[in-house]
Amino acid sequence: MIEIDKVSKWYGQFQVLTDCTTRIAKGEVVVVCGPSGSGKSTLIKCVNGLEPFQSGSILVDGTSVGAPGTNLPKLRSRVGMVFQHFELFPHLSITENLCLAQIKVLGRNADEAREKGLQLLDRVGLKAHAAKFPGQLSGGQQQRVAIARALAMDPIAMLFDEPTSALDPEMINEVLDVMTQLAAEGMTMMCVTHEMGFARRVAHRVIFMDQGQIVEDAAKDDFFGAPRSERAQQFLSKILQH
Amino acid sequence: MDLNLDWGVLLQESPTGDGPYWQLLWTGAKWTVATALTGWALALLVGSIVGVMRTLPYKPLAWLGDAYVEVVRNIPLLVQLFFWFFVWPELLPREIGLWYKQDMPYPEFITAALALGWFTAARVAEQVKSGILSLPRGQKNAALALGFTLPQTYRLVVLPQAFRIVIPPLTSEFMNIFKNSAAALAIGLTELTFQMKQMVEYSNEVIVSIAAVTTIYMVMAFAVNRGMAWLERKSRIPGMIGGGR
Ligand SMILES: Nc1ncnc2c1ncn2[C@@H]1O[C@H](COP(=O)(O)OP(=O)(O)OP(=O)(O)O)[C@@H](O)[C@H]1O
Ligand SMILES: [Mg+2]
Repeated sequence: MIEIDKVSKWYGQFQVLTDCTTRIAKGEVVVVCGPSGSGKSTLIKCVNGLEPFQSGSILVDGTSVGAPGTNLPKLRSRVGMVFQHFELFPHLSITENLCLAQIKVLGRNADEAREKGLQLLDRVGLKAHAAKFPGQLSGGQQQRVAIARALAMDPIAMLFDEPTSALDPEMINEVLDVMTQLAAEGMTMMCVTHEMGFARRVAHRVIFMDQGQIVEDAAKDDFFGAPRSERAQQFLSKILQH
Repeated sequence: MDLNLDWGVLLQESPTGDGPYWQLLWTGAKWTVATALTGWALALLVGSIVGVMRTLPYKPLAWLGDAYVEVVRNIPLLVQLFFWFFVWPELLPREIGLWYKQDMPYPEFITAALALGWFTAARVAEQVKSGILSLPRGQKNAALALGFTLPQTYRLVVLPQAFRIVIPPLTSEFMNIFKNSAAALAIGLTELTFQMKQMVEYSNEVIVSIAAVTTIYMVMAFAVNRGMAWLERKSRIPGMIGGGR
């Protein structure tokens, strides 16, 4: 589904990504972790072309992201993305947030979009808030709406960039529950997260990044059982301590 | 000090043949409003386009926008007025230039509106640009990630938020354009300040003339201010900082 092959990226002289290679099969849930500044966000943004990269290739469902002729808006409309800071559109109601891209990008009619949006809103347990604005919801609620908004596009895969790290502890689980359910339904997911409990329960594979490189790319049990690299061990012991 | 104001002078016939003095001022006020509003429409249009250009990921366009703002902001308005009056028609194709100089209706008005519009556009562009840049970067990414094209992203997500943010600074630009329109007396537009000068010269009632015109300018500023405050209230987003519930 997602094939990342020898991807390198520079910001001027500074190399953010070095020869990153991995693939994510259909229905697979992959957790990406690593220290701050290791390039996790950059890598995940390369997958839907929000960040350009200078060498290597990324194929999403067979479409090359970096190729010059690629219709990026079309490709992005098929890949859902969820951000650390939710990024709901604050000037639009929850319903409008859910419907706008369905109507303007997919060309669905307003009724169809509304029905789909409300159905997903119900699924994330927020149907009662349809008429509110994002600023009137809690962080956890906003993030669930953001997930519903992405799902409304019927994506073939979902990208998550630290979806819970801006949330108060008591709201983290409500978001992780939605993600867990999504994984159980067979969604292809690439999740940057430090929620190791989630990784243990839900992920099939764990990728560990450091200084722009994929240092470890292992099945979940192998990763948590005995990470091969010292850096991953250090990282795990630090993060599991608290 | 003898402040014995004779307001009755406003009702006296002026020797210009335009009716009583109050009518002289009324005509001036109408030209001021017409010039300011026309200029403002142009300024909003051009300023928004230039402001957006300056935030686009296309270097030449952003550079062009920056250059425009720098040039226009650093030349006195009066010089720009003379440019649009005397130089601009020479730069046009010959036929159009001749028409501009000889046959164009209301040449002073059109020239003043153009000059004020392009001048204020640079200031609007500055506000629009900083409004756009003050939005969280993630908003644009979120819109793109949903599959919106860049124009859609601006139209549906970036600009509706940026324009709300810039209503207060745009209010003062809108008020400025009324005051700045007084410069148009230099090219002979019979706007309010021009008429005040006339009234002073013919009636010798300096203080009454100035007081009357000051009042009219203040009414205009007040109207703009209230109008923009209304707009701000109308566009307020529930749940946002300063927003209603
Ligand atoms: N626009 C940019 N220009 C220059 N350097 C950048 C830019 N964006 C990111 N970087 C650098 O690239 C590196 C990787 O950034 P990235 O955001 O991908 O890290 P991350 O692993 O997601 O970190 P975090 O856990 O803090 O989110 C960092 O060192 C960062 O400073
Ligand atoms: Mg990050």
